[in-house]
Amino acid sequence: MELDIVTLSRLQFALTALYHFLFVPLTLGLSILLAVMETVYVMTGRAIWRQMTKFWGTLFGINFVLGAATGIVMEFQFGMNWSYYSHYVGDIFGAPLAIEGLMAFFLEATFVGLFFFGWDKLSKVGHLLSTYAVAIGSNFSALWILIANGWMQHPVGAAFNPDTMRMEVHDFFEVVFNHVAQTRFVHTVSAGYVTASVFVLGISAWYLLKGRHIDLAKRSITVAASFGLLSAVSVVILGDEGGYLASEHQKMKLAAIEGMWETQPAPASFTLVGIPDMEERTNHFAIHIPWVMGLIGTRSLTQEIPGILELVDKAEDRIRSGIIAYDALQDYRAAPSRDAVPPESVTAFEEHGDDMGYALLLTKYVDDPREATEDQIKSAAWDTVPHVPTLFWAFRIMVGIGFVNVALMAAFVVVSARGTVARRPWLLKAAVAALILPWIAAEAGWIVAEFGRQPWSIEGVLPTVAAASSLTVPTLLFTIAGFTLLYSVLIVIEMRLMLAAIRKGPQPDHGPEAPLLPARFAAAE
Amino acid sequence: MILHELLTYETLRVIWWVLLGVLLIGFAATDGFDLGVGMLLPFAGQTDLERRIVINTIGPVWEGNQVWLILGGGAIFAAWPPLYAVSFSGFYIAMFAILAALILRPVGFKYRSKRESARWRSNWDWALFIGGFVPSLIFGVAVGNVLLGVPFRLGTDLRIYYDGGFFGLLNPFALLCGVLSVAMLAMHGAAWIVLKSSGIVAERARRFGTWAALATVLLYAAGGLALWLFVDGYRISGAVDPNGPSNPLAKSAEIAPGAWFANYAAHPWMLLAPALGFLGALGVLWSLKTGREVRTLLLSKLAIFGIISSVGLSMFPFILPSSVMPGASLTVWDASSSHLTLFIMLVCTGIFLPLIVLYTAWVYKVLWGKVEEKDITESGHAY
Repeated sequence: MELDIVTLSRLQFALTALYHFLFVPLTLGLSILLAVMETVYVMTGRAIWRQMTKFWGTLFGINFVLGAATGIVMEFQFGMNWSYYSHYVGDIFGAPLAIEGLMAFFLEATFVGLFFFGWDKLSKVGHLLSTYAVAIGSNFSALWILIANGWMQHPVGAAFNPDTMRMEVHDFFEVVFNHVAQTRFVHTVSAGYVTASVFVLGISAWYLLKGRHIDLAKRSITVAASFGLLSAVSVVILGDEGGYLASEHQKMKLAAIEGMWETQPAPASFTLVGIPDMEERTNHFAIHIPWVMGLIGTRSLTQEIPGILELVDKAEDRIRSGIIAYDALQDYRAAPSRDAVPPESVTAFEEHGDDMGYALLLTKYVDDPREATEDQIKSAAWDTVPHVPTLFWAFRIMVGIGFVNVALMAAFVVVSARGTVARRPWLLKAAVAALILPWIAAEAGWIVAEFGRQPWSIEGVLPTVAAASSLTVPTLLFTIAGFTLLYSVLIVIEMRLMLAAIRKGPQPDHGPEAPLLPARFAAAE
Repeated sequence: MILHELLTYETLRVIWWVLLGVLLIGFAATDGFDLGVGMLLPFAGQTDLERRIVINTIGPVWEGNQVWLILGGGAIFAAWPPLYAVSFSGFYIAMFAILAALILRPVGFKYRSKRESARWRSNWDWALFIGGFVPSLIFGVAVGNVLLGVPFRLGTDLRIYYDGGFFGLLNPFALLCGVLSVAMLAMHGAAWIVLKSSGIVAERARRFGTWAALATVLLYAAGGLALWLFVDGYRISGAVDPNGPSNPLAKSAEIAPGAWFANYAAHPWMLLAPALGFLGALGVLWSLKTGREVRTLLLSKLAIFGIISSVGLSMFPFILPSSVMPGASLTVWDASSSHLTLFIMLVCTGIFLPLIVLYTAWVYKVLWGKVEEKDITESGHAY
């Protein structure tokens, strides 16, 4: 791999994004579990539920800090490392990010202070509302970020404007109600809920194995297992929906995930395992399950799913069409005003404009796509294939863990309902061992989503090679080293504090009972 | 969708220019005191308990305040994409330094008091100092460089090329602006500590605040003088269509001595901004002596409002001038999002910004009152 600006910028983005997403899922899910636990406290008035809220709240706080801090890096990095991207799609992509701040993150961050500092300053209901605000804020935050991300996967509601040399929005509702974005949102937040459930389950199981904090642990398991089971099922269902949508909008990603080189007669078989080979363009030692792929991808037995080779041919056609659009665009750039553009160029751009992104794939090889050789066009067409083995395995790891989580949660729901949870040490040990799984699945999931979108930063519109800033290699090496150092130190500190807080366990909570409602409401009753 | 035609593109652009100011001022007026408190932490607090009091004056609110910065970044991305693209990539290393310093801050607040070790805590105190000082300095240095013009060029495909490096940012005028920014936010942080603490901590903050306010007045005057004597402004040469498409290359512009003062000559009411800058800071100086704490904080906010808006008004309609290719300078008329995006974002802002102000005010009200020793020692959740 060559250490050029684009590669280094991608490396930095991948590092900071994957790191950021170590903290986000737990924030998403734990904020909801805290709201559930505190609701039980306010409704029943039983102090154990307040203690639970405070204990899991402490762990929530340690995690939240790094999630928020590394989120700022994400928000700034588009402009820093991907300035042409920012110019090119800022008109659409910037809006959900700004709305996320306005609608969601402000709410979350303002009330998180009250969650920690407000226990003796607020009534019970007042504090509960603050906790809800944190949970609602963090989940809406995810919604807007995934609307932005969904648009990168499936860019709708926008068109290229030759006057401003960028994409501009023409239908904002399409951007917001992009079904790819909505599916990804539910899939991602559900995965966050599973993460938090496994987290609560695993730590509670450890307490039970050690015979500590039995009351807190048992109740926590009940909450986490039932919430976790629903969420784990939702992750799988929405993941399947995502696969179905990919067969519509991101055929290449789907084909790469499946290692499907040739188009198969419908219904296609599913490759359970195998070793995809990029050079030979085939899979070694593959085990197939007939029909399954066709069912997942098309929900039919008659529709074909195109293979990688066929899709590369199509990409080549689109590159040639894109070159025509690129050529026409040069007349727009040269013309002193819009009226001075030759009419045949206007027509050519209208016909081929949708393929212009494909011409930009050639900028990897030549400055001017019109000067590309036949070989370069063929190479660029093959560049549209993401790294098949990575996707193939990342996907299988993610899905495998998804099913393990469903089984784990189901088992705990059963033993928890029977009240025999403390007598199942093997199950408790399994829960402790499973603690790491949701994080592996989440990271694998992002690799499938983002690595699978390569070579595009915006699917079909803007290739990653064209999106980067004009920086220098030493500058990038410096910041990558800086982030790596900073982030490594912080994760070590974070883990140690987290483990210390878990070992210390819940603290006795002798604080005075807050009134249910503020005094002025109570007086009015 | 035709609704956005209700407001002309020109009107929306001016509104978003004002909102850009509102966000920057909102950030400086709220998170600004958090940065200031960070800078003053090792000095206003000497013992561990005193330092914890200082930290806990902002403990419950800094997180919400910091969203002004995040929202600022998002709103610039959404409303002024070329500005976001050029400034964030151009000031690359400076941006990295800000991010690194800002990461230290939340982590420092949260983790500092989780361990008893004196060395652990002292290390975090200095991390928090850096987390306050470095961003304050760099924000000021950045503004100074924006006034000077930034060495960037645009290709005909609007790809951005940046000719400068990090050390080019550290010129005398920009550093003067940086020190002014540090003084201003230190003054603001001091006003906050005075409001939220008592005894020796408040007393020390009052002393530092007095010096910082004095420095703010002097540095602001020096900055204005230096701008007048040594810094050339920019002006648009030829025609520009305020309703035209956002393409900076469609206009021409030139470097012109004194151009940064032309708006004041044409519209004398604009002098209100620098006047408020001076009066606010002088007011802080006076108010710190007489002890009305809320008033001091409000005067400090007024100073920030005046100083920041004077920069914006001097430059209007320029947002980011280019020193090497003046024609590529970003202005209000050619660096915005599309008509439709500006309108949608205005609607969203119109709905959510008042809500944010309302609930933020409520949270501050709940947390009203001074942080006392017992809030630290008796509470399990203080930082």
